[in-house]
Amino acid sequence: MSSQHYKWIGTRPNRPDGADKVTGRARFGADFNMPGQLVGKVLRSPHAHARIKSIDTSKAEALHGVKAVVTAKDFPEQPNQIVPAGEMQANLRDVTRNVMAREKALYDGHAVAAVAATTSEIASEALALIKVDYEVLPHVIDVDDAMKDGAPILHDHLRTDGLTPPSDKPTNIAKRLEFVKGDIAAGLAKADVVIEREYKTAAVHQGYIEPHATLASATEDGQVQVWSTTQGHFQVRGFCSRLLNIETSQIRVTATEIGGGFGGKTVVYLEPVAIRLSQKSGKPVKMVMERSEVFRASGPTSGGTLRVKIGATRDGRIVAADTTIALQSGAFPGSPVGPACMCSFACYDIDNIKVIGFDVVSNRPKVAAYRAPGAPIAAWAVESTIDLVAEALRMDPIDLRLKNAARKGTKTHYGPTFNTIGMVETLEAAKNSPHYKTPVKPGHARGVAAGFWFNVGADSSAAAHVGEDGTVTVISGNPDIGGSRASLALMAAETLGVDYDKVRPVIADTSSIGFNFVTGGSRVTFATGLAVVNAVRDMIENLKGRAAKIWEVEPDAVIWENGYAKPASSNVGKFEPLSLAQLAAQAGKTGGPINGHAQLNAQGAGPGFGVHIVDLSVDRDTGIVTVERYTAAQDVGTAIHPSYVEGQLQGGVAQGVGWALNEEYIYDAKGRLQNAGFLDYRMPVASDLPMIETVLVEVPNPSHPYGVRGVGEVPIVPPMAAIGNAIARATEVRMLDLPMSPPRLSAALDAMAPKRAAE
Amino acid sequence: MADIRYSAPSTIDEAVRLFAASGGAKILAGGTDLLVQMRSGAVSPGHIIDVKRIAEMTSIAEQNGSFRIGAAASAAVIGEHAALRKVWPGVVEAINLIGSKQVQGRASAGGNLCNASPAADSVPAMVAAGATVTLQGPGGRRELPVEQLASGPGRTTLAPGEIAVAITLPARPKGSGDAYLRLIPRTEMDIAVVGCGVSLTIANGACTTARVSLGAVAPTVLLVDGAAKALIGSKLDEAALEAAAAACRAVCKPIDDKRGTIAYRTKIAGVLLKRATAIAAERARSH
Ligand SMILES: Cc1cc2nc3c(=O)[nH]c(=O)nc-3n(C[C@H](O)[C@H](O)[C@H](O)COP(=O)(O)OP(=O)(O)OC[C@H]3O[C@@H](n4cnc5c(N)ncnc54)[C@H](O)[C@@H]3O)c2cc1C
Repeated sequence: MSSQHYKWIGTRPNRPDGADKVTGRARFGADFNMPGQLVGKVLRSPHAHARIKSIDTSKAEALHGVKAVVTAKDFPEQPNQIVPAGEMQANLRDVTRNVMAREKALYDGHAVAAVAATTSEIASEALALIKVDYEVLPHVIDVDDAMKDGAPILHDHLRTDGLTPPSDKPTNIAKRLEFVKGDIAAGLAKADVVIEREYKTAAVHQGYIEPHATLASATEDGQVQVWSTTQGHFQVRGFCSRLLNIETSQIRVTATEIGGGFGGKTVVYLEPVAIRLSQKSGKPVKMVMERSEVFRASGPTSGGTLRVKIGATRDGRIVAADTTIALQSGAFPGSPVGPACMCSFACYDIDNIKVIGFDVVSNRPKVAAYRAPGAPIAAWAVESTIDLVAEALRMDPIDLRLKNAARKGTKTHYGPTFNTIGMVETLEAAKNSPHYKTPVKPGHARGVAAGFWFNVGADSSAAAHVGEDGTVTVISGNPDIGGSRASLALMAAETLGVDYDKVRPVIADTSSIGFNFVTGGSRVTFATGLAVVNAVRDMIENLKGRAAKIWEVEPDAVIWENGYAKPASSNVGKFEPLSLAQLAAQAGKTGGPINGHAQLNAQGAGPGFGVHIVDLSVDRDTGIVTVERYTAAQDVGTAIHPSYVEGQLQGGVAQGVGWALNEEYIYDAKGRLQNAGFLDYRMPVASDLPMIETVLVEVPNPSHPYGVRGVGEVPIVPPMAAIGNAIARATEVRMLDLPMSPPRLSAALDAMAPKRAAE
Repeated sequence: MADIRYSAPSTIDEAVRLFAASGGAKILAGGTDLLVQMRSGAVSPGHIIDVKRIAEMTSIAEQNGSFRIGAAASAAVIGEHAALRKVWPGVVEAINLIGSKQVQGRASAGGNLCNASPAADSVPAMVAAGATVTLQGPGGRRELPVEQLASGPGRTTLAPGEIAVAITLPARPKGSGDAYLRLIPRTEMDIAVVGCGVSLTIANGACTTARVSLGAVAPTVLLVDGAAKALIGSKLDEAALEAAAAACRAVCKPIDDKRGTIAYRTKIAGVLLKRATAIAAERARSH
């Protein structure tokens, strides 16, 4: 392990926020209150697609206890302009319409009006008094249907971007993408084996336990304060500023503790509405979604239709890889089809690749980011097909992947050439894992799949302050979702040479630290970690200057080692080292408070690779799959806090198992969501999963002082295909559609039964 | 929302009097269905009558081999009753499948029955066991076979003001066993796609009595006489099991919904019959 020469990095201390979280003291989104606050609630469309002819709010406004009502009229029109939103893009014209429906309601659950009232009961009563005159329109749910000629059109102005020649036909296909490397036809001509299949995946929700919640307070002088459960309070500030024409400096957003986000809390739903209601009523307004609202109106990730064709030579070299990926974006353009296309074959060094993608709108909630957006969908299809190739060639699935693995110098089909990466090391670690070396038990079957995610860098700011007793506060601006406070404190302690418990990490609000991009893209430990390390280094320079002043030597005659200022050499003179505490005690005499700052746009995020192994059994009579053993191996750069890295891997697998086996958005014929609750939207519970074993492979990222790579997203990429591949080996039934739920698998097994009997 | 009146009487007579006197009242046992329904707005009672303080309704009594389970006794208390567990393992395991540890501390068999969900887990097991429910209303007490309590999803044959007091499981001969199995896509915290209860007696290698019940395949929990007939008199051989499974499939009138297809539910009814019968027979042979 690369961490052996570190004192703090690679250790597993308690997280700074741990005690508060296990004792219930931590305050999440719905735990913030202000005197005199009102309750805000949203009226939602019961129709999948309907023109809003008029909205009459007069009765609601007249109800005693109602203090404000808003509709789309209360939000200014926005330009057709794209801004970054976490790992995805957002068009402001569409964002304002998603926050509050304008001309049309575009999905079951789409917000059409909101009220603020003195009690929750009055707010509910007021919603029932709002009269919306809808003209119900034909709707379309499925991507394949939405792409057909004659499909109901969601947006009259939409034209397919990326067509040559451009088309002027109204369409639901927002975008066509193409990535080409080499010559696909020439590659296929060389292949001894060609496998082609079509796959489908269902829309799945991030399933964070904490529903969206916000408290907003707008005052008469134009200032606005917001408390919100979000992955990016700067993002909330930015969106609210644009959507409501308020200067950013007037908006102060505090990120509360967060009960999961997984990408889904990088956009705004309630915040602009709560601010507008607060501005209109003059009172603070609190809004908390019900679980059904979370499912109906906050972003799931796309379902899609994919075709994959892979050709390989007899010796296991993949010579051609071709895929077409069409993803649901929900009611507005902007599915993760781009990353899906780019990640599709990124694990492999293949000469001839062709990838085509389509971004397709339909009458579903607008998708939001979900861990490695798009990559798991592509991996389901690609990794299933690679398994078919391995079967056709009678090759071990890990050996086949080793033979084709991407490595340093591999040029991807989407452009970049890989620097130091760990795909080969991860495959080897999986192959050498205790799990893979154990023979498959009778009645079980084994599946393998790999996955890739870029990981992200981007903007971060950090500050470090020394207190008068020499203890340290490290300030950053990213909500802590996965244990980042602990990782940041470990890196600060390592850099400064002080104990972990002398460093207190704090997450500042938007007015108390410079800009930070969202907690997303597995970027915080990498990019904000870099900012923290740089802020501490800046502080160390300052500390060296203070020692130089005391010793009356030049600053560069002082070095910093293990928490002490020391003379650089014996030539400097004979001075006793000065500790951080000693320097802090004399700060007033040497130049005042000792602080450090850093801001950066982090480049060089190291991509991550994962290889998963699953053993499972299939109950042939019922189609129920039991996951018996699971191992996730991943190139994690350097595991700063190994427990939280393992936790990321285990969490990704748990969500992937749900995606594989049970989770799906189910619509009725009228386009209404049928399973907007955890009873019928089946995420795995603890008893559904075995202990998930992890293998941390440390291939340090050369672009980070401690070798950090993002780790939070890769682990959700391989599970679906790993499970499908194991099911295929257990039953000889190759499932092409997700989820592989008991009724579906049972039907596929029954369809196969006569064939088996005949053989 | 109007204010809700709450009463916690200590006798059944008082509970019945209160219940009969107020129109929009609801009985509260564990509340694990009622509170969820109130939160979702499905029901909004003006008066809640908590029956958990009534000793007769929360205790378990054994008399000459039969068991009388208070309708409001919690699943956790039932699960810890060693004698009951020994004689009616299928009924107890069905009740103990309800929800999670936390839910078990509150949920009752009476609530499961009176909530009248076709997917209620304890009900097929109690129907197979030949259980009766004692009801008390303004007009006095009466006994009803458990399968006659529900008349449709969420609907019961309870008369106005009537409360379920206790559930009685009959005494049974040596060589008897019961079992309950449900199919859920997850391993817990889920609702039965199909549930199947089987209770039978074996003498000299042959099945002498049997009762079979199915949940979640029709608007109410079903007593499947055809399946029982196929088992009685047989040695529980493959042919008898297949005939009983076929009888189960034949009575299914399920719906296609988010929880399963008609074809799947129908098929699973037969699968669970065979598996539950095997467990019940195993238990019968070792008793
Ligand atoms: C998280 C969760 C998981 C669950 N899992 C399961 C499961 O796996 N299987 C399952 O079957 N159910 C499940 N349930 C549903 C519920 O827990 C059961 O139906 C339980 O048995 C209800 O019992 P209770 O005592 O809580 O009933 P209550 O909620 O108190 O009452 C239910 C209904 O019956 C009426 N009632 C109650 N007692 C009487 C009485 N003595 N006389 C007349 N009317 C009465 C009430 O007025 C109400 O209408 C679950 C519920 C939750 C919240």
